Amino acid sequence: MAALQITRLKKAFGGLPAISDVSLEVEEGERRLIIGPNGAGKTTLFNLVTGDLRPDAGQIRFNGRSIEKLRPDQRAHLGLARTYQIITLFPKDTVAGNVVLSLLGLSRERWNTFDSLEKQTRFAERVHAVLERVDLAAFAQRPVSALAYGEKRRLEIAMALAQSPRLLLLDEPLAGLSREERGGVRKLIAAIPREVTVVMIEHDMDTALDLADRISVLHYGKVLAEGTRAQVVADPKTREVYLGY
Amino acid sequence: MTRKAGIAVLVALLAAFPFAAGEFYVNLASQVFIFAIFAASINLLLGYGGLPSLGHASYLGVAAYASALLTLKAGLANWAAAPLALIGTTLMACFFGLIALRATGLGFLMLTLALSQVLWGTAYRWIALTEGDNGLRGINRPAPFGVSLDDASHFYYFALAVTLLALWLMARFVASPFGAALRGTRDQPRRMAALGHDVWMVRWLTFVYAGFWGAVSGLLFVYYHKYIHPISLSLANSAEGLLAVIAGGSGTLAGPVVGAAIVMILKNYVSAYVERWNMLLGFVFVAIVVFMPEGVVPGLKRLWQRSRSRA
Repeated sequence: MAALQITRLKKAFGGLPAISDVSLEVEEGERRLIIGPNGAGKTTLFNLVTGDLRPDAGQIRFNGRSIEKLRPDQRAHLGLARTYQIITLFPKDTVAGNVVLSLLGLSRERWNTFDSLEKQTRFAERVHAVLERVDLAAFAQRPVSALAYGEKRRLEIAMALAQSPRLLLLDEPLAGLSREERGGVRKLIAAIPREVTVVMIEHDMDTALDLADRISVLHYGKVLAEGTRAQVVADPKTREVYLGY
Repeated sequence: MTRKAGIAVLVALLAAFPFAAGEFYVNLASQVFIFAIFAASINLLLGYGGLPSLGHASYLGVAAYASALLTLKAGLANWAAAPLALIGTTLMACFFGLIALRATGLGFLMLTLALSQVLWGTAYRWIALTEGDNGLRGINRPAPFGVSLDDASHFYYFALAVTLLALWLMARFVASPFGAALRGTRDQPRRMAALGHDVWMVRWLTFVYAGFWGAVSGLLFVYYHKYIHPISLSLANSAEGLLAVIAGGSGTLAGPVVGAAIVMILKNYVSAYVERWNMLLGFVFVAIVVFMPEGVVPGLKRLWQRSRSRA
């Protein structure tokens, strides 16, 4: 069964179609790369899958279940996690505090209005484990605003990983990173266990192509080409719109 | 530990206050307590939830009117009227929250204002029920455990006890996992939703909780004054609470209390000497905003830390 099945999805902003007709199927455990020029509708597609936007038409199935009518938080509880292209963290909070908010999101503890969060140790171990994974354990008690850009990117991914999602959407996880930082994040993504399905938007082809099992090329809100790396690169339509030769 | 010791000293000083001060000051302190609960409840929305309400006087006023009407017109005793007034006002907050939380930011501000104006207008015009501009008089203070609260210092201790309980529970609230989620919805609502937090529900529950504490302050308010007038439901009253929070420092625990003290002292004490006390209140707010835009409590903290690091 496909982990993510998108059928004839449509979304327009004031008459301007962002996603005009997208059908996509991502197998469980697959690494799917979505590429396409700016404005192709990649991030809009993510926002439709996570529920930040409602589609005008079409269906989104997650592990066989139709989710297009669910709220974003309900989709998160089904095992959907994402990162943002524009870093979206809680800058006043500590690094550990950010991960705690992520863990709280799926815990019943989030409705507790009486016990002190600081004195709760139940999350401490998991927070530490996740921060170890992204190499940020030493910064746990630092405010996020004191982190460097590359560290913030890793924290973005850590918050998504902390939830042990079944489907992880990474929106340009390598954007704005230096060469060394890209290597670090690349390793981090490569180490994500295979039971997690990963869909990734990325412009950095050198790094991203290696990670992907299959690639979808989005252009003007439509899937232009799809297949393995060799298939997509050989496709004349891709060469025309994306690779530019 | 030092913080706990500081709070213990403060409570001891407050407990000793009626022995040292005259009745006027004891009454003034009682009014500060009542206003502090009101301001602290606004702070839950504004400071921790990022939701600027300009209609919080609704909860103070409706609880006060409900208590007054239940005792005066339905003949209930205070011990029976008080929980009914609290429950009724909290249910109203449940309903108002459904409407006001259709929006956030400026839209939320306008919706809370509109709802409170409806109540204010009703209190003015429904003379058969509320006596309109004359207000309701002849209200008695309760006598818990047979102790009459008519005595200024008795009422002071009653108000102090309720205020300490209220502030303690609100402090627990903001330090809890729910409080952390609330701050999260203030800073990054979209991210919070993506993490599995029901942002609307977090806001609505906070709205209802703040409404409940607004109602508690309303009960103390009507007990203190033994009188209720539509002005308690007015925009001016909501705005005064909001200003107290901003002046003291929104999003801090002590801020609303300090802000409430500033407003109440200016209003009740300085007004005895300065006729245009409203103008003075304005000047004080301008001065606070210019010199400590984050509020008095964070501002003083910053000055203190700077003087310490210099020394």
